[in-house]
Amino acid sequence: MNAPFFKFGLFGDEASLIVAFIIGIGFGFFLERAGFGSGRKLAAQFYFTDMTVFKVMFTAIVTAMLGLFWLSVLGVVDLSLVYVSQTYLAPQIVGGLILGVGFVIGGYCPGTSCVSAATGRYDAMIYILGIIAGVFVFGEAYPLLKDFYSSGAMGKVTLPELFGVSYGLVVFLVVLMAVGGFVGAEWVEKKLAAKVKGVQQ
Amino acid sequence: MNTIDVAAPEDIEERAPVEVIHKAQPFWNSYLAGIGLGLVLLAAFVIMGRGLGASGAFSSLVSVGINVVSPEHAQANGFFSENLGDGVHHPLKDWLVFEVMGVVVGGFVSGLFAHRLKGSVEKGPRISTGKRFLFAFLGGGIMGFGAKLARGCTSGQALTGGAVLGVGSWAFMLAVFAGGYAVAYFFRRQWT
Repeated sequence: MNAPFFKFGLFGDEASLIVAFIIGIGFGFFLERAGFGSGRKLAAQFYFTDMTVFKVMFTAIVTAMLGLFWLSVLGVVDLSLVYVSQTYLAPQIVGGLILGVGFVIGGYCPGTSCVSAATGRYDAMIYILGIIAGVFVFGEAYPLLKDFYSSGAMGKVTLPELFGVSYGLVVFLVVLMAVGGFVGAEWVEKKLAAKVKGVQQ
Repeated sequence: MNTIDVAAPEDIEERAPVEVIHKAQPFWNSYLAGIGLGLVLLAAFVIMGRGLGASGAFSSLVSVGINVVSPEHAQANGFFSENLGDGVHHPLKDWLVFEVMGVVVGGFVSGLFAHRLKGSVEKGPRISTGKRFLFAFLGGGIMGFGAKLARGCTSGQALTGGAVLGVGSWAFMLAVFAGGYAVAYFFRRQWT
């Protein structure tokens, strides 16, 4: 067991920044290849005319989840050293709802706006200025929001721990759910693509 | 309809030579791009023991900006001071800041090779560019605020937290879709 490499001291802080940059290049590359540089394509997810956001996101989640699961089963990765963010249920649900609204109004999320701006979209550049303003407002309001921000703390809890079932079972259920979702997404796309075409013609 | 029909042949004549050289390639199949993205995320887990992110870089950037303008104000604020760190490392020598710089480069390189680099505005046909810019700014602002409240955005919470099966991340992910679908109808003129 010698992964995650960084946690086993295979390289230091300075080198980790180079790793960050290279991983970021891969992240940005695949986001752009998926079509996530286009705000119209991203927003179309919320009008059921293009399910790319759902398909790409859940394929990525399933890929990384399965990879991590098997690498831990094979003893390559020590799962306890992989960062799991703390759960603060109420602020995460409210923040998620707000973020969803911002996604529809703005057309991007922070990562995709960087890709979109890098490929020349002016609206994405303005969106980034908006993020900066939003983070600033949050920071200024932080003294007022602090209590809510820290509410519903559950610690580093995962779905298998919450439901008291095995890690492998949850992995299996997530895969099942994703595959079901993909079948549904393809069906919706076909159904609505035909309808949209009919309206336009 | 008539104007479009009349204008179409001229447009084709004017654009044809340019389009032959710079024809944008189609996007990748969603599942293929998703596997690529998933492998990048898996690489981050295996190499670093952490996942991807995006909004965290903006926290560092804003906090450093505030610190330049008014160090007292930044230090007195729990959010800004936490992002500025302990003073040992420069707050911009941060993992997510470097990762996001990579995202910009990776997006640019992909767009370059696929002939998708083009100054343009993403919007539906029924909204003016000025209004789209206003919505882009507002949407970005709402997103920035929400992402900080949720301790992450679609990259850090939904994608990364989703893959490690974090409870808060899955609740967050469902909330993002719920919030988006709840208001999509009211903003349809911008996109459709």
